[in-house]
Amino acid sequence: MDLRYTDDQLAFRAEVREWMAANVPDEPLPSFDGTRAGFEAHREWEARLNAGRWGMVTWPEAYGGRGLDLIRWLIFEEEYYAAGAPQRVNQNGIFLLGPTLIDYGTQAQKARFLPPMANGEEIWAQAWSEPQAGSDLAAVRAKAVRDGDSYLLSGHKIWSSRAVMADWAFGLFRTDPASERHKGLSLILFPLDAEGVRRQAIAQINGETGFAELFLDEVRVPVENRVGAEGEGWRICMATAGFERGLMLRSPARFQMTARRLVELYEANRETCGPAQRDAVAQAWMAAEAYALSVYATASRLIAGGGIGAEASLNKIFWSEMDIAMHETALAILGARAELLPTAPAAGDVGRWLDGYLFSLAGPIYAGTNDIQRNIIAERLLGLPRA
Amino acid sequence: MNFAFSEEQTMMADVVRDALLRECGSAALRSRIGAVCSFDQDRWRKLLALGVAGVLVREEAGGLGLGGPDFVQIAEACGYACLPEPLVDHAGVVLPLLSACEGTAAGEALARGLEDGAFLALAHPQTPWVVAANAAQAVVLPGPDGLRLVPGADTVRVQQPGIDPLRQLFTVSAPPEAGVRIAGPQASRTLLARAAERGAVFTAAELVGLAQASVDLAVAYAKERHQFGRPIGANQAIKHHLASAQVKIAFARPVVHAAAALVPPEPGAPPEDMEARARISHALLAAGEAAELATRTALQVHGAMGYSWEVDVHLYLKRALSLTGRWGGPEYHRQRVAERVLSAPLGPDRLFPQPVRETDTTPMKRTA
Ligand SMILES: Cc1cc2nc3c(=O)[nH]c(=O)nc-3n(C[C@H](O)[C@H](O)[C@H](O)COP(=O)(O)OP(=O)(O)OC[C@H]3O[C@@H](n4cnc5c(N)ncnc54)[C@H](O)[C@@H]3O)c2cc1C
Repeated sequence: MDLRYTDDQLAFRAEVREWMAANVPDEPLPSFDGTRAGFEAHREWEARLNAGRWGMVTWPEAYGGRGLDLIRWLIFEEEYYAAGAPQRVNQNGIFLLGPTLIDYGTQAQKARFLPPMANGEEIWAQAWSEPQAGSDLAAVRAKAVRDGDSYLLSGHKIWSSRAVMADWAFGLFRTDPASERHKGLSLILFPLDAEGVRRQAIAQINGETGFAELFLDEVRVPVENRVGAEGEGWRICMATAGFERGLMLRSPARFQMTARRLVELYEANRETCGPAQRDAVAQAWMAAEAYALSVYATASRLIAGGGIGAEASLNKIFWSEMDIAMHETALAILGARAELLPTAPAAGDVGRWLDGYLFSLAGPIYAGTNDIQRNIIAERLLGLPRA
Repeated sequence: MNFAFSEEQTMMADVVRDALLRECGSAALRSRIGAVCSFDQDRWRKLLALGVAGVLVREEAGGLGLGGPDFVQIAEACGYACLPEPLVDHAGVVLPLLSACEGTAAGEALARGLEDGAFLALAHPQTPWVVAANAAQAVVLPGPDGLRLVPGADTVRVQQPGIDPLRQLFTVSAPPEAGVRIAGPQASRTLLARAAERGAVFTAAELVGLAQASVDLAVAYAKERHQFGRPIGANQAIKHHLASAQVKIAFARPVVHAAAALVPPEPGAPPEDMEARARISHALLAAGEAAELATRTALQVHGAMGYSWEVDVHLYLKRALSLTGRWGGPEYHRQRVAERVLSAPLGPDRLFPQPVRETDTTPMKRTA
């Protein structure tokens, strides 16, 4: 155990910091879920990041990455969030599908899909959930019917984040019509502008169209768009979900920066705050630090050759509950102003806390609900019997 | 940067864990309830024979000269076993303190503690009740003129019956001139301050250990106990309670490990800066919360059985209560965290306070 950064790691931090200082836009970009302009501004940011080879530092150099280990990824993320850099519009691609392709994709798939993913040319959506397959993902009904060298994709996907404006989606489809549950599913990539795809934007809790419904009617894609063997989709998707819940989706720096902003909010409102707020603010900082320490421990373990399995579910519960608690604390500090939208003349800078609060409420739902995560912890980590 | 234990560190803890399994199982624990002296000399000697007493004592003084990360998993194992003897205080707090004292008396006592397995206690102002003082060969007593080392027989020990049936508590005093002075007033303040930091870190580790033991007990019971024709553990309410407790433990443990990394072998630079103090307080708070939730969950999962002396749940619950009040208690530690949060720079680059280096970058500016 050695909790000091090496000189190389410190130099790396300085390099990231310098690049971010020179490149992060001064004004926050407009939301990528609000307007096409906001979406495209984020796409441009991805291209700029990639031009600096900061798109995905853990990827192999051949695909635009730097081949760095997870400790450096954490350092990168710390500097990224500290600099106030934009949210990653392509997070479904770079954090979820990217690592999945690196582990399970063919050489041709990696060469075809990773570079345009890294530079934002192709923004990805995840098309797993269906109206009848939410928590019970194995109930997926959308099908992929083999037709020569193609699949014909048909079915109804829902809650697909970014799909309103994204370019591609990775979906879970039933390739064996006689199969049930986890068997006979395959992971297939399809362009969202293909013939037979109809997208229907869905307004989210804040009124923006952050996700979409996808109606697929015999969408033709080449067989090469399947990731992994036919029928292996479930296993591969669970590996993807591990990245999502476990490490990549929510890097600790995001929450450490929220904690820091919360302390600043507390300090700016000190006269109207009491000991309850002081404790809640200290608690927020402790939670963010605990999460960061835990991720550093996981990263050290993974670098030493360990794996991450059901432990990912512990992380998902922790960060999602922490995120809500932090935003609730902010709203409590704001008092009467908490309910104001950013457009209200009296709002000042409070609007983003409200936005953040609304988004935090989704945390216990997406990436597998926290109830499902508790089932996983109980059954797979603790070994309790299935119902 | 490597936040993982070395093989040696884990092996050493495994050896202690195995010994505790042999010497400190449920039956052994129960056999000591109500004993005249809760301290089992036989078990103590067997545990000390493993060489754990000197982990944090420098090599010149006969120890191993190691640091917090080498001891923290051992402390966790002691908590897991609900070990009645205060091995964690002895090896984690008292012997390192003696090793930093001047003079032959302290040196001799240290040697007895290391070689003969003599149990030495400390009456620290933050832990007014001295565990098993009736078994102590000598007690370190703070007074106006500094620290005195007083033979157990020369002290006045008043038992203060407490909730933990496995640990007897005492207030300890002595006539002003009893024993030998081992540190002056100035040195004594530093020594006691460092002792408190070590005490907090390793108590946090014990709390994490006992929290995990409580979850494990409850999981075993939930698989075995049937109601409505199936194991109670098949019910989601039971699963979710236990999963929540496990989440708390999972996010207390790394904090405790990071805090342990701040503890050097004595005499070493004390963790005097505000950031180190906050990390240690954070560890104790997080571990205390995990222990509270885990022990209460274990009680609930066991039903009336947990409310009885038939199973060990109550032992863990009582130990948790006893340990969380030590070394200042939660409010004191929350204050220390708040002090750091509200006055030192914050940001992801402050997670591991770093020694200043030439290539070091300036800490992030606080933006308004
Ligand atoms: C903001 C957001 C973004 C999303 N983005 C995507 C995306 O990009 N791609 C995608 O495919 N999906 C996405 N989803 C969908 C998400 O994965 C699902 O919402 C989630 O899996 C839950 O499914 P459901 O909404 O159908 O809820 P349901 O499964 O209907 O669950 C409803 C409630 O019942 C509980 N419940 C269900 N089964 C059990 C059980 N066995 N035990 C205990 N409780 C249970 C749930 O925990 C929940 O509280 C997104 C969701 C949100 C909110």
